[in-house]
Amino acid sequence: MEKRIDSTALILPLMGVSLVLFIWTALSLKIAPDLPSPLKTWQESQQYILNPFFKDGEMNQGILRFAFLSLVRVAKGFFLAIAIGTPLGFLLGLSPKFNQAFDPVIQVLRPISPLAWLPLGLVIFKQSEPAALFTIALCAMWPTVINTAMGVRSISIEYLNVGRVLKLSAMKKLRKIMIPATLPYMFTGYRLSLGMAWLVIVAAEMLTGSPGLGGFLWQEYNSLVYSHILLSVLTIGLIGFALDRLMSVVERRFKTA
Amino acid sequence: MAYLEIKGVGKSFRRNAGRASAENARLPVLRDVNLSIDENEFVCIVGRSGSGKTTLISLIAGLVEPDQGEILLEGKPIDGPGPERGVVFQNYSLLPWMNVFENVYLAVDAVAPALAESEKRARAEHYIRLVNLSAAMKKVPRELSGGMRQRVAVARGLAMEPKVLLMDEPFSALDALTRGTLQEELARIWMETRKTVVMITNDIDEAILLADSIYTLTSGPGATLGPAVRVETPHPRSHAQLSGEASYHRVRRETVGMLVGAGKDRAVHSTAQPGGASLH
Repeated sequence: MEKRIDSTALILPLMGVSLVLFIWTALSLKIAPDLPSPLKTWQESQQYILNPFFKDGEMNQGILRFAFLSLVRVAKGFFLAIAIGTPLGFLLGLSPKFNQAFDPVIQVLRPISPLAWLPLGLVIFKQSEPAALFTIALCAMWPTVINTAMGVRSISIEYLNVGRVLKLSAMKKLRKIMIPATLPYMFTGYRLSLGMAWLVIVAAEMLTGSPGLGGFLWQEYNSLVYSHILLSVLTIGLIGFALDRLMSVVERRFKTA
Repeated sequence: MAYLEIKGVGKSFRRNAGRASAENARLPVLRDVNLSIDENEFVCIVGRSGSGKTTLISLIAGLVEPDQGEILLEGKPIDGPGPERGVVFQNYSLLPWMNVFENVYLAVDAVAPALAESEKRARAEHYIRLVNLSAAMKKVPRELSGGMRQRVAVARGLAMEPKVLLMDEPFSALDALTRGTLQEELARIWMETRKTVVMITNDIDEAILLADSIYTLTSGPGATLGPAVRVETPHPRSHAQLSGEASYHRVRRETVGMLVGAGKDRAVHSTAQPGGASLH
């Protein structure tokens, strides 16, 4: 019985992937002749995959080297985002007045695309790297802000009453009750923020021309090596998926707490 | 002078919280509640669900402010919540991210910050031992049964070494067997600590097992306390012992009579004079 479940768990996703490969092939054969077929993509990309750490100049590196560069940039932006977003979320959750004052600002800033932030970042910082981090942090921050604020607002009155009866100091109340009670929400925010940061990386690298998966993608588009666009797209997808899985494992650890 | 005194306390809540109503209608929950409790006395307040029992205990705890009247502890009016009035909440209110020891230690640390760490640890461990949970010290609340969680809550309340321990239907969420065991255990612990206790309950037998005085709360809205029924059977009592005693059945009848009579808001049972219907 268990074996059967295992095999469908394997067969169904394989069928899904096959169907997508089929559509991809059909597209490249019949409709978009410039689109490389899966086979051609593999043939032209294999040196990047089979030798993932080679380096032959800034913009010609193995795929995992590019991925690493992007991940480092995302990590910096992500940590910047949560370092600002978590306390901001706490303030919003704690103080209805603060919330009233800043909620409109946040609602206006939130839907702004990274493509709009990046030029502004370049104007402010004059350099591509800080501009990229600025963009990632600004776009990725909001899920953390909003989830943390919601978590603080939904701390059970029972836990707060324990703090009141014990007359805990503000610091103790924060450390022993409010932060632990909010952690599950915070980590949901962190997971969504990381996903957002990864989404933004491509735009940030494209516009700044920094070495990384997004920069590589844009360069290969300009050099008409379309198979490498597909290689980048697939790598971005796989790594994004892995990051999300990783974060949901972390998130689940805190859910039960 | 009474140790804990409630004088003419009344409390009402807005009828439709959130909706602005023209006549500002308020629903009275408690009115003119008077109660005086001696030091080391175990008082039970019995009432039906919805009669305002939890509101009364929240008032004494200071978690809710009265609209009228005042509450005095050792002659001084209470001002907000404080650790000299320890609370055992109805739903345990343990912090799920801390284990048993940490939950109790948090209380000790909060009320006696000046003690050395080893003394604080010893005090937390002492009260955990008192409720027979030494073996579960490192477990977190979700690994414990309801009865065990309530023991932790009792240990936390006692570890604060409060002047008054307030208990809000502490055993109401437990199955009958566990409840019986915990009631007898509480009777034993009370013998050891002789705390002043105010316990809210809807279980008359529980009240008779534990209390020196039983008060009934009339049915709300606008509930108030009836006169005391004294239980003179010496502590510690057990369920088995009580059920064989004629006096138990009399106290029970009187309390039930008051609950029923009080529900209809008429004069209480004739034997229940102010000062208490005693039983020997």
